[in-house]
Amino acid sequence: MSTRVPGPSRVGRGSPGNLPRVKIVVAVKHVPDVQSTRMLGADGRLRRDGGDGTLNELDENAVEAAVQIAAATSGEVVALSVGPADAHDAVRRALQLGASRGVVVSDERLVGLDALGTAAVLAAAVTVEGGVDLVLTGMASTDGLTSVVPTALAAYLRLPALALAAHVDVADGTVHVRRELDHAVEELSAPLPAVVSVTDAANEPSFPGFRAIMAARKKPVQELGLDEVVPGLTSLGLDPSMLGGRTRVLHAEPQQPRTDRVLVTDDGDAGVRLAAWLVDQRLV
Amino acid sequence: MTTLVLLDHDDDGTPRPAALELVTAARPLGEVHGVWVGDGLDAALPGLADAGVLIVHRLPADVWWPAALAEALHAVRSATGADLVLLASTSEGKEVAAGLAVLDGAAVVTDAERVERVEGALRVTKSVLAGTWVSTVEVTSPVAVVTLEPNAVRAEPAAAPSSPQVVDVQVAVSELARSVTVVRTPRQATGRPDLATADVVVVAGRGVDGHLSPVEELADLLGGAVGATRVVADEGWLPREQQVGQTGVAVAPRLYIGVGVSGAVHHRGGMQSAGTVVAVNSDPDAPIFEFADYGIVGDLFDVLPALTAELRRLRELA
Ligand SMILES: Cc1cc2nc3c(=O)[nH]c(=O)nc-3n(C[C@H](O)[C@H](O)[C@H](O)COP(=O)(O)OP(=O)(O)OC[C@H]3O[C@@H](n4cnc5c(N)ncnc54)[C@H](O)[C@@H]3O)c2cc1C
Ligand SMILES: Cc1cc2nc3c(=O)[nH]c(=O)nc-3n(C[C@H](O)[C@H](O)[C@H](O)COP(=O)(O)OP(=O)(O)OC[C@H]3O[C@@H](n4cnc5c(N)ncnc54)[C@H](O)[C@@H]3O)c2cc1C
Repeated sequence: MSTRVPGPSRVGRGSPGNLPRVKIVVAVKHVPDVQSTRMLGADGRLRRDGGDGTLNELDENAVEAAVQIAAATSGEVVALSVGPADAHDAVRRALQLGASRGVVVSDERLVGLDALGTAAVLAAAVTVEGGVDLVLTGMASTDGLTSVVPTALAAYLRLPALALAAHVDVADGTVHVRRELDHAVEELSAPLPAVVSVTDAANEPSFPGFRAIMAARKKPVQELGLDEVVPGLTSLGLDPSMLGGRTRVLHAEPQQPRTDRVLVTDDGDAGVRLAAWLVDQRLV
Repeated sequence: MTTLVLLDHDDDGTPRPAALELVTAARPLGEVHGVWVGDGLDAALPGLADAGVLIVHRLPADVWWPAALAEALHAVRSATGADLVLLASTSEGKEVAAGLAVLDGAAVVTDAERVERVEGALRVTKSVLAGTWVSTVEVTSPVAVVTLEPNAVRAEPAAAPSSPQVVDVQVAVSELARSVTVVRTPRQATGRPDLATADVVVVAGRGVDGHLSPVEELADLLGGAVGATRVVADEGWLPREQQVGQTGVAVAPRLYIGVGVSGAVHHRGGMQSAGTVVAVNSDPDAPIFEFADYGIVGDLFDVLPALTAELRRLRELA
């Protein structure tokens, strides 16, 4: 089993004596603004017609990490998004934040993918891109919030997954990650190529200035349809029929607030009244 | 139908509270098989018998890393023909779920609050979009991997205890699953319950202004865990691992008490499944009052000591 991303080898690129250039793909998702009123449609899918969309803010940390690693290794950062037309906005934002070019995979046949389907399409696009040393992702999307995509993406690519990096760097063809879990702190390392998800503790995303915004307009963005990523799926042993069909939304509705909610202003006895309420509700 | 449950336990072999909740959730769905990694099973068997686990598949300790555990679970799942694998909705649980679902070609649903079987098909319900919506999906593939929120189900003993059979499983884990070098340093125990699975969580927000003792006293009286907003972690008033929210620990306690917490959407994303939400905040317009079940507009330094003293008094009366 190969642990390299198939595609043109990166060996031989860069001039002799230089550090090897690291080619990084950063996965970015377009999501509704978390501060806006978000809703699900009758089909259980997120309504994306509200207009208040942005780059998933947790992906800004992934882009920032990618840009920093690329700067240290004279590498290249490619921003990749799967989604409807507004995926272009996520990629554009990543270009403003320092990625050098973009790839958008968009196709009507890909509407409503689940997390595994999304991961498989991302894996196929990484394979089509070829010669990739490092794939970076955010820790979660603020809409679906499954955190499943990074690990699934690594599994499809047959690469090591290093999830939830609070710190990440690359040296001598090895990626080093520190992660802070509930019960332990872990120091991880793995040979490249690898997939790393980055938390919001990893860095402070930069805020693009006017020049960066102007420069991003000139950066190339390639659009791919499903047919163009099928060769990538095939070389990973996957086929388009596995992209969906695992679940069906039965219903989705707004959470009903409890009807017995209480709001009191403290006149000196609110603490005592709350104690009685907690006992009454059998909560303590 | 068989459900496979990953029986999380701590280093000395005590099952984590979530493990028995998972077993309780699995029982109405069919036969329950557990999966145990490493040592300490013997001491846990009586508890698993009370919970009605029929078979425990014991894996060697060295498959604990998520990629390796996913491969091992895949082997057990295939051998048992289970159509559902239940794991706890923790960050590591989700990693295992993702890897396993890829190997099994399974549906994966995270952060579930309820799993049912209706006319043979599995249905999973969860709260989404920071607790503002609820959605139910039906699994349409042969296998599902579901991560269940802590405290979504109350752990209860089975109607009749089982006598679990222990099966030692040998698995050959791939090179790939061993390709990450890991140096793991366990955190020191805090003496309080584990935040992610605690039944009661008291969260301190910026309003505490560095004074944690009223929050800690209340939490200790209730046997609860102490959480922090990101601001409180940023200020260094509490350690980062106690941050509750979308980028911190996701909590789902039966009782959440937020004091001096504004209720920002990023915070709500990590506590959307709390059973009852109590808020104490001096600002009547604080967003937390939009979703609190019991809200007090007031100064936390007045309300909290009064609450703690009254609860203590009531307890002494009882
Ligand atoms: C409310 C809601 C609940 C859902 N629940 C489930 C569920 O339980 N199971 C399930 O299989 N699907 C679920 N979905 C569908 C799922 O959100 C989408 O398939 C989504 O494209 C990928 O999952 P995620 O958003 O959870 O990503 P996460 O795994 O949370 O994202 C982690 C990182 O992966 C990368 N990434 C994710 N999506 C993309 C993308 N489209 N393009 C580029 N990079 C990306 C980003 O770097 C992101 O930071 C849900 C969707 C919604 C709206
Ligand atoms: C990408 C991203 C991820 C994030 N992730 C998280 C996360 O995981 N968890 C998280 O918590 N936040 C997170 N945040 C931050 C979040 O948006 C809020 O800024 C944060 O939750 C606010 O914390 P707070 O409620 O303590 O502070 P504030 O919003 O400042 O609220 C303090 C509250 O205390 C009240 N108060 C003050 N004094 C008193 C008093 N004496 N008595 C009673 N009430 C008083 C005030 O009225 C106010 O409502 C994230 C932000 C971003 C951008």
